[in-house]
Amino acid sequence: MATGTQSGGILARPTSIDGVWGWITTVDAKRIGMMYITTSILFFLWGGIQALIVRTQLSHPGAEFVSPDTYNSMFTMHALTMIFLAIMPMSVGFFNLVVPLQIGARDVAFPRMNALSYWVYLFGGILLSMGWLVGEAASAGWFAYAPLTESAYAANRGMDFYVLGLLVLGTSSMAGAFNFIVTIINLRAPGMSFFKLPVFVWMTFLTSILLVTAFPVITVALIELMFDRYLGANFFIASQGGDPLLWQHLFWVFGHPEVYILILPAMGIVSEVLPTFARKPLFGYSVIIFSGIVIGVMGWMVWSHHMFTVGLGTVAVGVFTVTTMLIAVPTGVKVFSWMATLWKGSIALTTANLYSIGFIALFVIGGLSGVSHAMSSSDFQQHETYYVIAHIHYVLFGGSIMALFSGLYYWYPKFTGRMMDERYGKVQFWMLFAGMNICFGPMHWVGMDGMPRRIYTYASNMGWDFWNMISTIGAFILGFSILLLLHNLVRSLKKGEIADGDPWDGRTLEWSIPSPAPHYNFARIPTVTDRDDWWARKYATGDDGITRPVPQGGAYGHGEEDVDVHSIHLPDPSYWPLVTAIGMALMGGGFAFHLAITVVGALIMTVGIYGWAFEPVNEPSDDH
Amino acid sequence: MTRAIPLLIFGTILMLAVGCTPDHLMSTFDPVGPVAAEQKKVWDYVFWAMVFVFVTVLPALLYMCIKFRRKEGDPIPAQVHGNRNLEILWTVLPIVVLAVAAVPTLNVLRFVLEPPANSIQVNVTGHQWWWEFEYPELGVKTANELYVPVGHPVQFNLMSKDVIHSFWVPKLGGKMDAIPTRTNVMWYQADVVSPEEGFYGQCMEFCGTSHANMKLRVHAVDSDEFDQWVEDQTEPGPEAEELSELAAQGKDHFENLDFKATYTDGSVSQQRCAYCHTVAGLGISGARTGPNLTHLASRGTLLSAMVDNTSENLADWLENPQVMKPGSRMPNPELSDEQTAALVAYLQSLK
Amino acid sequence: MEATIAPEHDEHATTTGLDHRKMLMWAFLGSDCMFFGSLIATYLIYRGQSLRGPFPYEVFDIPYTSVSAFVLLMSSLTMVLALGAIQRGDERRLRIWLIATAVLGSVFLGGQVYEFTLFVSEGVTLKTNLFGTTFFVLTGFHGAHVTVGVFMLLTLVGASYAGKVKQHQSINVELVGLYWHFVDIVWIVIFTVVYLVEAPAIEAAKAAVGH
Repeated sequence: MATGTQSGGILARPTSIDGVWGWITTVDAKRIGMMYITTSILFFLWGGIQALIVRTQLSHPGAEFVSPDTYNSMFTMHALTMIFLAIMPMSVGFFNLVVPLQIGARDVAFPRMNALSYWVYLFGGILLSMGWLVGEAASAGWFAYAPLTESAYAANRGMDFYVLGLLVLGTSSMAGAFNFIVTIINLRAPGMSFFKLPVFVWMTFLTSILLVTAFPVITVALIELMFDRYLGANFFIASQGGDPLLWQHLFWVFGHPEVYILILPAMGIVSEVLPTFARKPLFGYSVIIFSGIVIGVMGWMVWSHHMFTVGLGTVAVGVFTVTTMLIAVPTGVKVFSWMATLWKGSIALTTANLYSIGFIALFVIGGLSGVSHAMSSSDFQQHETYYVIAHIHYVLFGGSIMALFSGLYYWYPKFTGRMMDERYGKVQFWMLFAGMNICFGPMHWVGMDGMPRRIYTYASNMGWDFWNMISTIGAFILGFSILLLLHNLVRSLKKGEIADGDPWDGRTLEWSIPSPAPHYNFARIPTVTDRDDWWARKYATGDDGITRPVPQGGAYGHGEEDVDVHSIHLPDPSYWPLVTAIGMALMGGGFAFHLAITVVGALIMTVGIYGWAFEPVNEPSDDH
Repeated sequence: MTRAIPLLIFGTILMLAVGCTPDHLMSTFDPVGPVAAEQKKVWDYVFWAMVFVFVTVLPALLYMCIKFRRKEGDPIPAQVHGNRNLEILWTVLPIVVLAVAAVPTLNVLRFVLEPPANSIQVNVTGHQWWWEFEYPELGVKTANELYVPVGHPVQFNLMSKDVIHSFWVPKLGGKMDAIPTRTNVMWYQADVVSPEEGFYGQCMEFCGTSHANMKLRVHAVDSDEFDQWVEDQTEPGPEAEELSELAAQGKDHFENLDFKATYTDGSVSQQRCAYCHTVAGLGISGARTGPNLTHLASRGTLLSAMVDNTSENLADWLENPQVMKPGSRMPNPELSDEQTAALVAYLQSLK
Repeated sequence: MEATIAPEHDEHATTTGLDHRKMLMWAFLGSDCMFFGSLIATYLIYRGQSLRGPFPYEVFDIPYTSVSAFVLLMSSLTMVLALGAIQRGDERRLRIWLIATAVLGSVFLGGQVYEFTLFVSEGVTLKTNLFGTTFFVLTGFHGAHVTVGVFMLLTLVGASYAGKVKQHQSINVELVGLYWHFVDIVWIVIFTVVYLVEAPAIEAAKAAVGH
């Protein structure tokens, strides 16, 4: 690394990547990715504990495990934690770890903004969760319908942490998304055209576009609610003519693309894992890409299916019924394509693959209950019952989480240099699969049996007792399986079998470099000629249709020993992203505590931005 | 391992059978009127379609994992990239299936959203956490329990005094939200007489602390009984002379006793029952802050259908509303045991 | 074996040839369209829904607002001139035109502040009715964007004086320019859908009073 420093910055820019300070000032996407994943797993555990508290309260009728208000906060914060602090950041963690490698780049387009995204996520997550620490957590549900969220009905600070936390987190998500959009368009290796990109990169790209277009809408909704609560504005005040439905429209115009933000990265992971372990290319690559694009576009046309019962009128409900039914088509196409990938493949049932195959099974179930929701006339019976909870959890847990865990097992070797334990992993997988189905399966019929969602208790003569107890047992099995996963993750760091660069005989570029991935990613940026380019370097299909290893196979020409890796130019670490993030978090959090904190935060943020803009680059002849 | 497949199918069907419990009080599988029945028809279509997909796709997946499992020495499989015809087929086929399914869905949608012209009108106003009912053409004002005549459509005009609520009686049909600033219209018709406790209903949009407790009952009775009920409900409350001594004292307390009221936010004020609750025929009337109590004793339940209507429950409620319905807007009235007994006697005489 | 081969030299090549930062600014402006779009949609949804006055036609002064819109428009012209200057290497003119842009932007902001205080004195505040709420939040956030823009312009001026904005670094001016033009275009939209659409009502009100 270059070590010269330049005058002009307030303090000298760090140059070392060692030690704790090296992690705090890192701008390396791989490290940032690991920070995202670690933090998101911790928040996932917290969200899971909240879920177990919910399930314990519901295990039998008339329970008094927690008070009604605590319960109402519990399901609200569980959803917020899982969606915004676990699933989304875990996906972003994978974007960071995998996308630069898969496109043949050394890092993302804006390494410091990448670091900023992580720190703002961490602080934003703390702010969102801070309600628990002061005894006032948000309790109006995760979609917080007005006017229940107005000061008249939600007087304590719970809703403030909701609004401020999400506003801060939104900036993190958007900054990250901008970064990946520019990275994917602008930092592809020579020869890597868009239609040679791995599906995971495509899904990252589409998700990022959805993020930057959908988040501004909820930002406006949150700002409007904030102005109502703090400054006496009238956006959702009924007595002044404010319309509660405005909140719902704004929220769901964001909210529906949001669910595709939650699932597209998962679909991307599965699209990587299945072909690797079937030793066949992804079936129907172009169709899968186009389906992803169609889902992204159509995702904007279905939002009012969350609002079928608000009295939109027959025509509007009818239109959204049709659009929602149609969006099942591209999703179904993807499922068929994944199954066709497995067909006549040579399937290795590694833990990573089990999770991806499990994803297909459970996501299909979740998708089916989704189709039944689309049929609006019958949705009038299903809406707001446990049937919806079943649907949500099959697509988010059986879908997103299963795929993310598949990614953990799949890419763990690449970033740690060790394999996770396979035997242990399989036990853990089956326990999770069983627990998940035992917990959420019965919710389908308990919901059709009339059990409403978001109730802190229920009467004993409704006939819901037995299945609620079963669900609770399933939840604890699920919880225990997560502990096993954690154990496998941590233990394998030191005790896992050493992994080489390509433990799975993979197809994409990340497997062409050593494990753990070196700081500079590629000694030499590869020139790409095929989709699944790494596979093409290793294998060739003869005229007889048989695929055999290529004689000199598995190399891009110049390995590390040939290239002078020490003169590879990489961005220097920086502490300005952290400073700026602290400023932003204080700005947001100050509104809930004392405006002086907001002012201080704004000053810190400004100093951070200026420091960042004028920071010297540690390079001899740089004038950027 | 291939034995797992028929097991899977059998297990599925078993689970589905287990899930079908029309005798449960809030079950959507027991339609008692045309709205619920039409909605169930749509459900039946989509349910069997879902079962079909479930029993074809999931076993197929399992089959593939078994049949194509990698064995030592297996060659690299043929690197198939796609199949244009197959891709077209599995895009077009679902579109066709969905288009077909859309037709009954949309027809039923029109049916359930458009009340018949001769419907009896009921104005429903949601409050935190109770239901206010008014039959404008019949002059009836009540709360939490409704009567409808069998075989006659009833139109519900849904409103809210505070936050969003949602009105649902599963056996009669789907739900609709009660939203402040607007009136939403829906209808039900009961084609059978309800059991004694009535058809169960509940608020279905999270509305705060006691959302779980905001329930209701609908009694479907034959038209003679309905007419009688309307007549009874339009009568004012009993005069003091018609009451027992204790109940007459209770009536006096209801109208005139100032008690110290402590609210959930900690504020304290002087209140009287009649300031918030209406009993028709009293000096003070028209109050809608709390439920109309004119015919409280004619209802089978109390506290938005949370508990049975007994003197004991009434007395417990008056002692501390927050214990029975956390967050309740009703303040904690400080009453002596005698005052409570008198009020309970009065309330139980409001038939 | 000795390290003999150097890694590729062109560290700053981009796949499309477009600078990363320019692409970022365009993407950001795209998302800011969604932000303002949502605020404008809120304004339009609530237009005519206020339960009590004052109403827009009673307080809007379109000639006055036209002047301030013109001022902002002119500031886009000076911004273009600033960019042209630095692309020619003329650092002095760059500073002149940047300062002119900042001044015009500040005049616009001053005009906004004056207009807001006038409305408040006429009884329109954030709390008064739906008009007050939606108007002030929409135009307020626009004003905040302009303010940030003025800070960026002044920062460029300061950086130029410090010798940090050279001809081959003109992209920094271009980026601020893109942002500035966007903010101007948003104002054109706001001016049209908020102010100009009230012109008939204003005329009708004047006619009713017999002006």
